[in-house]
Amino acid sequence: MLIFEHSRKGRRNYTQSPATPASKSAIPQNLLRKSKVLLPEVSEMDTVRHYTRLSQKNFSIDTEFYPLGSCTMKYNPRACNSLAMLPQFISRHPLAPEDTGQGFLACMYELQEILKSVTGMAGVSLTPMAGAQGELIGVMMIRAYHEARGDFARTEIIVPDAAHGTNPATAVMCGFKVVEIATDKDGNVDLDALKAAVGPQTAGLMLTNPSTLGVFEKNVAEMSRVVHAAGGLLYYDGANLNAVLGKVKPGDMGFDVIHINLHKTFSTPHGGGGPGSAPVGVAERLLPFMPIPIVAKEGDTYRWVTEKDKPQSIGRLSAHMGNAGVLLRAYIYVRLLGMQGMHRISEFATLNANYLMAELRKAGFEIAYPNRRASHEFIVTMKDIKDKTGVTAMNLAKRLLDKGYHAPTTYFPLLVPECLLIEPAETESKETLDAFVVSMKEILSEIESQPDMVKGAPHTMPVRKLDDVKAARELDLAWKPSA
Amino acid sequence: MPFIPHTEEDIAEMLASIGAKSIEDLFDEIPDELVSGELTGVPSGLSELEITRLMMERANQDGFYQNYIGAGAYEHHIPAAVWQITTRGEFYSSYTPYQAEASQGTLQLLYEYQSMMASLTGMDVSNASMYDGATALAEAALMAVRSHKTSRRILIPKTVHPVYRQVVRAIVSNQKIEVVELPFNTQTGQLDPASLAQFANDEFAALVIPQPNFFGVLEQADALTDWAHSKNALAIGVVNPTALALLTPPGEWGSKGADIAVGEGQPLGIPLSSGGPYFGFMACKNELVRQMPGRIIGRTTDLDGKEGFVLTLQAREQHIRRSKATSNICTNQGLMVTAATIYMSLTGPEGLRRIAAQSHANTLDLVEQLEKTGGVKRTFSGPTFHETALTLPKPAADVLAKLKQKGILGGFDLHAHYPELGNALLVCATETKTAADLQNYASALKQALG
Repeated sequence: MLIFEHSRKGRRNYTQSPATPASKSAIPQNLLRKSKVLLPEVSEMDTVRHYTRLSQKNFSIDTEFYPLGSCTMKYNPRACNSLAMLPQFISRHPLAPEDTGQGFLACMYELQEILKSVTGMAGVSLTPMAGAQGELIGVMMIRAYHEARGDFARTEIIVPDAAHGTNPATAVMCGFKVVEIATDKDGNVDLDALKAAVGPQTAGLMLTNPSTLGVFEKNVAEMSRVVHAAGGLLYYDGANLNAVLGKVKPGDMGFDVIHINLHKTFSTPHGGGGPGSAPVGVAERLLPFMPIPIVAKEGDTYRWVTEKDKPQSIGRLSAHMGNAGVLLRAYIYVRLLGMQGMHRISEFATLNANYLMAELRKAGFEIAYPNRRASHEFIVTMKDIKDKTGVTAMNLAKRLLDKGYHAPTTYFPLLVPECLLIEPAETESKETLDAFVVSMKEILSEIESQPDMVKGAPHTMPVRKLDDVKAARELDLAWKPSA
Repeated sequence: MPFIPHTEEDIAEMLASIGAKSIEDLFDEIPDELVSGELTGVPSGLSELEITRLMMERANQDGFYQNYIGAGAYEHHIPAAVWQITTRGEFYSSYTPYQAEASQGTLQLLYEYQSMMASLTGMDVSNASMYDGATALAEAALMAVRSHKTSRRILIPKTVHPVYRQVVRAIVSNQKIEVVELPFNTQTGQLDPASLAQFANDEFAALVIPQPNFFGVLEQADALTDWAHSKNALAIGVVNPTALALLTPPGEWGSKGADIAVGEGQPLGIPLSSGGPYFGFMACKNELVRQMPGRIIGRTTDLDGKEGFVLTLQAREQHIRRSKATSNICTNQGLMVTAATIYMSLTGPEGLRRIAAQSHANTLDLVEQLEKTGGVKRTFSGPTFHETALTLPKPAADVLAKLKQKGILGGFDLHAHYPELGNALLVCATETKTAADLQNYASALKQALG
């Protein structure tokens, strides 16, 4: 039932708006709204009940194991939320003077410094509001760098075929042509293809490492040499930073610009699809082009770096400073972890992934890259199972929902057929992983004994399989009152 | 080990299963020369008690002020239920609803949000939100150029938020789109219709119409929309969602209505929080829906014919279309939209109208009282919603510094962005201010000017 269907004409929450209508108005008659606003007329209790019930129809980290590859669904500590929502922080206006926000700015400055040191970059800006915006800003800096040198011939961005879809989409949004290069059979970027692709037209290469195939790109140093020798820059997509945090720094791998998904590695909430936050880090030569604002420290005072300080900046990409509240949560998280805790993130994410990969292999599942270490994630391919039984990766994913697990990422990366990308974050215990393996084995035997039941999954969710085709053909995107 | 549950026994059993001797072995594919040492730039870990003390200290250092700054972010009462429900783990810690059957809560909520925003803006459809108001406007400009096909030029009046204009320029210039800024009438504070005559023979993809504009002044939205349409261009409204409870919505501007409506969603239950996270909203006419970026939720049915909700029109999006997508965006501001949807349910149509009307009335009262302090007058003659520009007898920066000493953030100094306006200050008084608050501000201003 929709909230609108709980609505009754004239019902109102008297405590949630001014008790008496305003006594004056100077808005000209011709500008006043004549149509009704179709907001529901419901009591506070109806609202609370309705949205509490809706929440109960969701899977979430707080309620289920969420082995969603490439998304790093780790526990979101509650303290990060409650302390970021202290009343002084949430009531602070973004345009309030700097001297009324020194406590807040201190947190932001320290976060910048910590992110710089763990990634090995020379500068960090906190302004990007999501991973895709971090990418956009990073690629804009690559463009600004070349143009500042008077080099306008660099029109191409190289992207491996295993990359997230945001990489090519971002390059195009920045006005670049995308050149895709292939992956070899072990999951590394094909070095010969890269060597053939680079040239004076190359602006840069976008790379995720460990890649979306769940393996560390062994040739990264050589790739860096090839791209740099051609005059291009290296972009690091930090989607999988969780796998190598404290082990290897993007700066040491030769990357010139990076983004870090705080909603992955630094445990800020995914919130049903956002808000994200993706600070960008840069090497020395890109410092002049960083987006603003950035926090600077002078003596004991913090202040915003503006256009005046960075005249070559690519500019502003948000109305204020980015997602401050998300950044506060990430700051609190890194302070709780500290140096040792930061090292352990990648260690235990990698331990969990390799353990789960080993156990699933023993259970009879086919691993896409069996001769490689898993990074913090790995791929199971259902191709043989599908050929034999007709049961697809998506069918298995839906059946997992019935067993009380969120599905792994399915059909991504695109190069492995019928794939499941599985990422068991470091906050999951061995018991949880063992129970997941038991459920996966159960499904394997169900595929043998009752494949049609598996194909019809899910069976225990609030709804059964939904009709996507109908949704796209008979668009119903907004409720309208029945006439 | 913070947030890591493994016991020594677990670790040993797991390594045995893998066939590795140590956790270090699991990183043996990383070339030695790349391995970094200790993360010396990170301080030692804190307990929850210690971090609580630190954050309380920093919050107390920042303290509280009486706030009269608007300029794109507005202080409104937020009902307690909004964030108590929004931060339930099932909303807070869930992912983008790709697995529809396990995400019906988020998906239905987003469908309800889209319905509310479509009605509030008077448009046919809304997406599931954008990063913020500024990026929503930039995406609207890209959308207009995609749908126009022949022109790559956008007209934006200088009465649009100055940072929004910067953001639009930063984003669209990558695609060789020209942004032409239009002057305003310094008497009325409105976009000057006379300035449009120069485009009589030019082609452009869209005209941006702010309502209210950055100065709080109401533009002649009907005439501007009709003019844009007469030039075969789209009309893009940039609107304040609270104001929409009182003002003609973009979908009803002029004879055909604006084509795209965008804006900052923060006033709908999102705290000021130093600037984010907020959310941008975007709504449009049916014929433009396939050009719209971002997540869109549709209502459909399941195998049993039961109603359900899914992400739809995904063929526009980057994870399917890759380099041919409408945008690189792959998130919405899900949690912020959760809060906004609960906020709009709690206020209802009459509550939101009263909040808007009281904010308007309080700003009228504030301006009246400040004008009595002597030497202060309205900068513009045009009608306003809940913000008004005032011209002071002294530089606004000096006056604001004195007000701050009394615990008052007196408004936004317009000098940096509009030096031609002299000592102009933009003030805003929402429904959160009482008559006593306004008097307090007026007497503090009198002293500051004295």
